[in-house]
Amino acid sequence: MTSASPFVLSVIARHPSGRMPDHNFRYWIIAPSVFLLLLIGLFPLIYSLVVSFQQITMTDYDTSFAGLTNYAQLFDDARLWQSIAHTLIITIIALPVELVFGLAMAHLFLERMPGRQIFISLIVLPTVISPVVAGATWRLLFDQRYGPINQVIGWFAGHEVVMLWNITPHLVYPAILICEIWQWTPFMFLILLAALSNVDKSLTEAAELDGAGFWRIFFKIVLPAIWPVMAIAILIRGVDLFRIFDVIWALTSGGPGTMTETISIYTYVQGFQQFESSYTAAIAFLIVGLMSVIVIWAIRRMGLAK
Amino acid sequence: MGYSTDGTCEMTNFSLAATRRWKLACRYGLASLLLVFFVFPIYWLFIISFKTPDEIFHFPPVWYPKSFQFANYAVLFKDGDAVSVLNSLILAGVSTVIAMIFGTMCAYSLVRFKTGGEDFAVWVISQRLMPPIAIIFPIFLLYVYLGWVDSYGGLIILYTAFNLPYVIWMMRGYIEDIPLELEESALVDGCSRWAVLWKVVFPMARTGLFATAVFTFVFAWNEFIFALVLTRTEVVTYTVQVTHYFGGQSNFWAKIAAMSALGTVPVFITVSLLQRFLVRGISMGAVKG
Repeated sequence: MTSASPFVLSVIARHPSGRMPDHNFRYWIIAPSVFLLLLIGLFPLIYSLVVSFQQITMTDYDTSFAGLTNYAQLFDDARLWQSIAHTLIITIIALPVELVFGLAMAHLFLERMPGRQIFISLIVLPTVISPVVAGATWRLLFDQRYGPINQVIGWFAGHEVVMLWNITPHLVYPAILICEIWQWTPFMFLILLAALSNVDKSLTEAAELDGAGFWRIFFKIVLPAIWPVMAIAILIRGVDLFRIFDVIWALTSGGPGTMTETISIYTYVQGFQQFESSYTAAIAFLIVGLMSVIVIWAIRRMGLAK
Repeated sequence: MGYSTDGTCEMTNFSLAATRRWKLACRYGLASLLLVFFVFPIYWLFIISFKTPDEIFHFPPVWYPKSFQFANYAVLFKDGDAVSVLNSLILAGVSTVIAMIFGTMCAYSLVRFKTGGEDFAVWVISQRLMPPIAIIFPIFLLYVYLGWVDSYGGLIILYTAFNLPYVIWMMRGYIEDIPLELEESALVDGCSRWAVLWKVVFPMARTGLFATAVFTFVFAWNEFIFALVLTRTEVVTYTVQVTHYFGGQSNFWAKIAAMSALGTVPVFITVSLLQRFLVRGISMGAVKG
C-alpha cells in the first residue's frame, strides 16, 4: 500500500461538523469493497436481465433478442408458483413458531438460576451448525428403521411405527419444519434474551406494583422496548426462510416429486439440472427484483441504516 | 415466567420459600426438556460417527456405542475425503482475511467520512440479504466463461464478496466506538491517513475485528450453495462432501456422521470461546452486548 499523504495538514483545519475535507483517501479505501460488491450486487442483475431476453437452453444457444418470451413463461409456470407457495408456507409457519418459542424460552432463562449459562451455551449450538449438516442430522434421526424418532414414537404408541418422514406427503413438511425450528429457535432465543435483559427493570417492577398483570406489562412495556431488536431478528430470519435451500436439499431434495420444492430449489433445478439458462435468468431477475424492493423497504422502515 | 421474583407480600415466609423452590424446580424441568430437544440431535450425529456398522444398522437403535472407535474417521482420511475439510479451511480462511481488510477500510470510510451516505449503507446491507440462488446463476455463467469453476481463487473471490456486507456492517458499529481524538492526534503528529488506518484504527478495533472475523469465517465455513454449484473435484468443501454420501437407495451413515462431525467441531470450539460476542455477531450488531 502507498503511504504518500498530501492531506496531513488539511485535517488540522477540520470542518466543524467533524467531517474531514479529504476527497481521495475516503474513496480509495472503499474501492476494493465496491468493486467486489458490484460483482455480486450489480453484475448478476444486469447479466440476468440480458440473458433473460435471449433464448439459451441446453440444446440451443440463441442469443438473438427474444423479447418477453421468458417473462411470459413465468406466468404460465405452475411449478414456479407452487415453489413460491411452498416457500411462503414454510416461512409463515416457521417464523412465528420460532419467534414465540424463542420468546418463551428467553423468559424462562431471564432470571438467574444456577447453571443458567451452561444451559444457554448448549441450547444455542444448533444455530451455528451448517444448515446442510443440520438437514443431514435430521435425515439420520428421521430414518424409519434405524432412527431414534420412530423408536420414541413407538414407545408412546405401544407398538412399532413405520413413518417415512422424508417420503410420505403429509410428513415431509413437518419434518422440514421441525428441523428448521430446531436450528433457528435458539437464534431467536439468544437475541430476544439479550433484548429482554436490557429492558428497564424499574419500569416493569413499578407496573407490577400498580397491579398490572403479566400480559399487560408485556404488551405495554416489554414489547415496545424489545421491538427494535425483535424486528431485525424477524427480518434476518424472514429473509433466510425465503431463500431456504440447504436444509431441504439435505432432507428431501425437493421431493417427493416436487412437493417440497422451494423457490431456491426450483431455480437450482432449472439452471443446473435442466440447463434452461434464459428462463432461469428470468426467475433470478424476478427474485432479485422482488427481494430488493422488500428488503430495502424493510431496512428503511426499521431505520436500520442510520 | 414473571418480571419480578416475588410479587406478593402477604404470603408467609414458609409458603413463599416453598413456592420459590417449586417454581425453580419447574424451570429446571422445562430447561432440561429444552436441552434434550436441542442437544440430542447433535449427540446422535456425533455418536453415530463412533459406532460400528452393526451398531448403526441395528434395530431397535443403539443409544450409545459399546466402545468409541475411530474407524469411521480413519476411512475419511484414508480415502482422501478429509481433504474437503482442508478446502473449507483454505476458502473460509483466505476469504475472511481479505474481507476483513477490505471491509474494515470501507467501514472506516463510511463512519468517518460518511461516504455515500445512508443510501450506500442501505445498498451494502441489502446485498447481504439477497438470495444466493439468484446471484449464483449469473456468477456461474461468468465463471464458466473465465474458467474459474472449481478453483480456489474463484470461490475465494465469491466468498469475500458475499461476506463483505456483513464485515462492513459489523465493523461500522465497532469503529463508531473508537474515540476520534486518537486519530486526530496521530494526524497532527504527522501520520499519513493510511498510517492512521493501520496503526490506530485497526489496533483499536482489534476486539471487533477478531469477533467479526470469527463469524465471517463460520459463515464461509458453513456455506453450501455456492460450493455446490462452483466445485467439482478439486476444491469440494466439507458441506458438499457430506451431501455426496446421500444415495438413492443407501446412505453412507458412518461417513455422513463423521464428516459432519469433522466440520462441526471447529465451529463449536470457536463459538464457545466467543460466547460474549455471539449475540452481537448473529444479530448483525442489533444487540450490543
